[in-house]
Amino acid sequence: MSSSRAAESLLALNQQEELEDLPREYPLSTSEDEGDSDGERKHQKLLEAISSLDGKNRRKLAERSEASLKVSEFSVSSEGSGEKLVLSDLLEPVKTSSSLAAVKKQLNRVKSKKTVELPLHREEIERIHREVAFNKTSQVLSKWDPVVQKNRQAEQLVFPLSKQQSVFAPIEHVVSGWKARTPLEQEIFNLLHKNKQPVTDPLLTPMEKASLKAMSLEEVKMRRAELQRARALQSYYGARARREKKIKSKKYHKLLKKGKAKQALKEFEKLRKVNPAAALEELEKLEKARMMERMSLKHQNSGKWAKSKAVMAKYDLEARQAMQEQLARNKELMQKIQVASESAEEEGGAEEEGEPFVPDVVNEVQVKADRPNPWMFRNHSGDTKEAEVQGDPEELAEPAAQEAPESEEEGPVVAEEILLKEFEERRSLRQKSGLNQIAKPVGSQEAKDLSSQEVLSELRALSQKLNRESHQSRKQELSSTRTVLAVQREEPAGEEEEPLLLQRPERARTLDELEELGKEGCFQNKELPRAAVEGQQLERNPSNHLGVPKEKKRKEQMIDLQNLLTTKSPSMKSLAVPTTVEELEDEERDQRQMIKEAFAGDDVIRDFLKEKREAVEASKPKDVDLTLPGWDEWGGVGLKPSAKKRRRFLVKAPEGPPRKDKNLPNVILNEKRNIHAVAHQVRMLPYPFTHHQQFERTIQTPIGSTWNPQRAFQKLTMPKVVTKPGHIIKPIKAEDVGYRSSSRSDLSVIQRNPKRLSIRHKKQLKKISVD
Amino acid sequence: MKVKMLSRNPDSYVRETKLDLQRVPRNYDPTLHPFEVPREYVRALNATKLERVFAKPFLASLDGHRDGVSCLAKHPKSLATVLSGACDGEVRIWNLTKRKCIRMIQAHEGFVRGICTRFCGTSFFTVGDDKTVKQWKMDGPSYGEEEEPLHTILGKTVYTGIDHHWKEAVFATCGQQVDIWDEQRTSPICSMTWGFDSISSVKFNPIETFLLGSCASDRNIVLYDMRQATPLKKVILDMRTNTICWNPMEAFIFTAANEDYNLYTFDMRALDTPVMIHMDHVSAVLDVDYSPTGKDFVSASFDKSIRIFPVDKSRSREVYHTKRMQHVICVKWTSDSKYIMCGSDEMNIRLWKANASEKLGVLTSREKAATDYNQRLKEKFQHHPHIKRISRHRHLPKSIYSQIQEQRIMKEARRRKELNRIKHSKPGSVQRVSEKKKRVVAVVK
Repeated sequence: MSSSRAAESLLALNQQEELEDLPREYPLSTSEDEGDSDGERKHQKLLEAISSLDGKNRRKLAERSEASLKVSEFSVSSEGSGEKLVLSDLLEPVKTSSSLAAVKKQLNRVKSKKTVELPLHREEIERIHREVAFNKTSQVLSKWDPVVQKNRQAEQLVFPLSKQQSVFAPIEHVVSGWKARTPLEQEIFNLLHKNKQPVTDPLLTPMEKASLKAMSLEEVKMRRAELQRARALQSYYGARARREKKIKSKKYHKLLKKGKAKQALKEFEKLRKVNPAAALEELEKLEKARMMERMSLKHQNSGKWAKSKAVMAKYDLEARQAMQEQLARNKELMQKIQVASESAEEEGGAEEEGEPFVPDVVNEVQVKADRPNPWMFRNHSGDTKEAEVQGDPEELAEPAAQEAPESEEEGPVVAEEILLKEFEERRSLRQKSGLNQIAKPVGSQEAKDLSSQEVLSELRALSQKLNRESHQSRKQELSSTRTVLAVQREEPAGEEEEPLLLQRPERARTLDELEELGKEGCFQNKELPRAAVEGQQLERNPSNHLGVPKEKKRKEQMIDLQNLLTTKSPSMKSLAVPTTVEELEDEERDQRQMIKEAFAGDDVIRDFLKEKREAVEASKPKDVDLTLPGWDEWGGVGLKPSAKKRRRFLVKAPEGPPRKDKNLPNVILNEKRNIHAVAHQVRMLPYPFTHHQQFERTIQTPIGSTWNPQRAFQKLTMPKVVTKPGHIIKPIKAEDVGYRSSSRSDLSVIQRNPKRLSIRHKKQLKKISVD
Repeated sequence: MKVKMLSRNPDSYVRETKLDLQRVPRNYDPTLHPFEVPREYVRALNATKLERVFAKPFLASLDGHRDGVSCLAKHPKSLATVLSGACDGEVRIWNLTKRKCIRMIQAHEGFVRGICTRFCGTSFFTVGDDKTVKQWKMDGPSYGEEEEPLHTILGKTVYTGIDHHWKEAVFATCGQQVDIWDEQRTSPICSMTWGFDSISSVKFNPIETFLLGSCASDRNIVLYDMRQATPLKKVILDMRTNTICWNPMEAFIFTAANEDYNLYTFDMRALDTPVMIHMDHVSAVLDVDYSPTGKDFVSASFDKSIRIFPVDKSRSREVYHTKRMQHVICVKWTSDSKYIMCGSDEMNIRLWKANASEKLGVLTSREKAATDYNQRLKEKFQHHPHIKRISRHRHLPKSIYSQIQEQRIMKEARRRKELNRIKHSKPGSVQRVSEKKKRVVAVVK
């Protein structure tokens, strides 16, 4: 139906257009349609005339046989179907009466207006509504397009999008929302209320509140002023202390300390007069301090400072004085206050006075010797060793003699101990064998002699070893001392059998060395001139030569020689003019040598050349041999096809293109496709890339921190989506992205009137219906 | 003699405070760090392998229901709370941290068809087979109180689904028609119909909150505008859509879970072609839920598995299944986007990690940097065959595996037939229709 109407309207529109196209001069009224209807009317009239011929001139009512639009309201047939009743026709009779002019005018006005069209079908209307609503909604939604686009392309999205303000909820608020439900809870609440315990806001009882209020204004002000003053004072003192602390002058501090001490003394005196009991307490304190000092060993010369001073003492008067001062202080502190042991003090004083130039180390040794109480010694190492050695009565003298000096050295002591132990073990073994010998009928005296001889030789060997070791660790020996040594050694040369004498020069030497060691602790081994070392060894050799049997001596010599030749000890290397540059070069050469030695077996270069040759051979195109043995000639075991035939059927391969690495001696370029690598390679260009170069570039830029600085690395490995654990992510909101969300609620719009349409909608609707 | 001294600017090695990191001078000269591509490739390969090694997504199973779980709902304010309705009319509230049921209600007789929470989290609504809509308090009944709903609305027909407005006290139910209710009233403030059919689910748009989508059993998806109280458009697909879910970050995008084993993502302004067809399931897809980040969604299927799809990919990135899990009826992605929950026929709710190999708990900054780097490497080398193979490898139950094979063959046969038809008919008489267009039967204005 609607379509038919649409067709009509379309037709009408067309007609109108046609009419407008026509020139104005033509009359508008003529139309074929009207002509047709005129003809029809005439025909009708004719029929009527014929029917009225029978004489009964009666008017015939129109029959209503079926539903028709043409039926008139007043049961008056509108003459001729399709004819419209026009208002002007009705008005014609009124024309004459002038009284109805106003009505006529009105009617004329009405006539000019168009008739209202029929309402559309319900479904049609709904469809139109839907379409309008959809268009509107689409428009609303399309405002999200840029946001969605941005979020899709974003480098990084951090959820939740809107940062939640952390809400500060005081405990009172939380508590106020909670109500007591169970009987127990209610009971507790009742109790709290009864005692006027605060349940909510300010957590103070009324009593507390009252007490807070009690303080008057003046009081508060005073208190405040006091506090301010105290604070100011504190800050002043703080500042002053800081200032004083910054003063670097030692003298100032010394004076300060002395001043303080004097003050203390004065006060003490005063106290003694005024309050003896308090003075006694003070004294006790002093006593306690003394005990502490004795325990702590603070002012003895074991500290770093004291040691450094001891080194300097020989040359520096001040240092010596400082040391002595410290010792004096030690004594002073160690002194018993009331019962002063005068003798000891005097002794100490005498010592100090007697040998003012002796360094502290030596001093101490003497002190040790003098002290009646052996437990006051600080170094017990020597004693313990002595105790060890005392086990065997025979060797008592020798080891003791050896030990005494050794105990002073700190470094080599351990090595020597080991050696001694070794020696003792061996000796005990020997003794056993000696005992066995005793059981034999041979003269026991002789056996004893023999064993003692053996022991001696052993000892000598040991001392030799010791010498060598100590020599390596020792620093510098002045030539003068060596000459002295030599003299000393020559002295006992005659007496070969005497073990004690034999040992003596050695012992003397070690003592000397000790002294020097004490003096110069930090020289390097390198500095030892080679000549001196050699001289020393030469010297030592004769000393060995004295008591040792010939074979042994030779053995020792051999070892020495080998040492000299093979192991290039640093002392050997550094010759007369040791410059650092040379050393460096030496080291380099050494390293090269070492590498050469380590990789002596493999010749890398030759291997590489061989490999390359093989690669070249393998890549050359091969000749194809098509000879068939036995064809055209005799065949069988041991028969080869003739050279001519072979030549004929040999297909020579064309020479391939020159290799790329032909002119590169150090490189093998493999021009074949590597099958093993293919498994790891991408075969097709992946989707977003349009050219293989793009893809390759993305692969070739490394993203690891090995190749990129920290910031770049972080930027490159930034995750696309970041979520915070434990945070609820809400759907995106208009406010999040800066849009204004509609202030009207969805609900209010419905409630207003769901079915009513706005004026704008109507307009739109009309437009659609026209279309 | 000239003495050469090393002199360094203290600024280059002294820290400003002791809390700063030590400055480690490094030389980034590329000649000192050769073979960057092969080294990174190996790292990527190892990262991919490790990802597979650590892929253990299953976290917990919440058991307690005495019938299949028919619907799930998230709490809008608390991550640890989940609500579930079962086929025997029971509603349970779970605490995920304790993995325990904290409350149970016999809410309906017959199925609990739908459950939804109010946006403020104080109450929730259920609809059931007994033609009622009930509103419940989220907190349990206080001491001595009885467990009963705040409001009960008795309707004329069965309601099959319910969803609550995201901002206002309005909810929508579906059944014979889509009704929009004010919470305070017992009759709907407006009901919208378009044709006569049972509507299986209705969902509010989370961003433009006046929009609704529904799907009916006559294969169509209908969109409604609540403000104008009129339907907007209808799209008819090949087969029936079970449910839809709106993208929480993109206002006009929604995804429909269809009976034809696929999911369809639509732009609601252009319904004639789906934006993307997501296919991997081998049976009807029963439920779908978006990740709150809007980058992925999870789908539950009748084939006893759930799959995770990236929004812009047509293939799933992950499939979760266990031997005991039966047809999965409902699925939800938790609002911190870390976990997935699914309720299935065999009465269990399962909790999964959204990223199968993700390490849970607090990460140190070094761990975080390492995972980021590994992720990036995997992305960079994702097209390389070995890495692709390893990262795509999933173990599947035999039934699913064989069905996939079968369907592949069927699809190939269909394609071949179509090609043959084109080949053997008059050129131009048979047009190739794109796969996307093929699935949409009609769009009704």
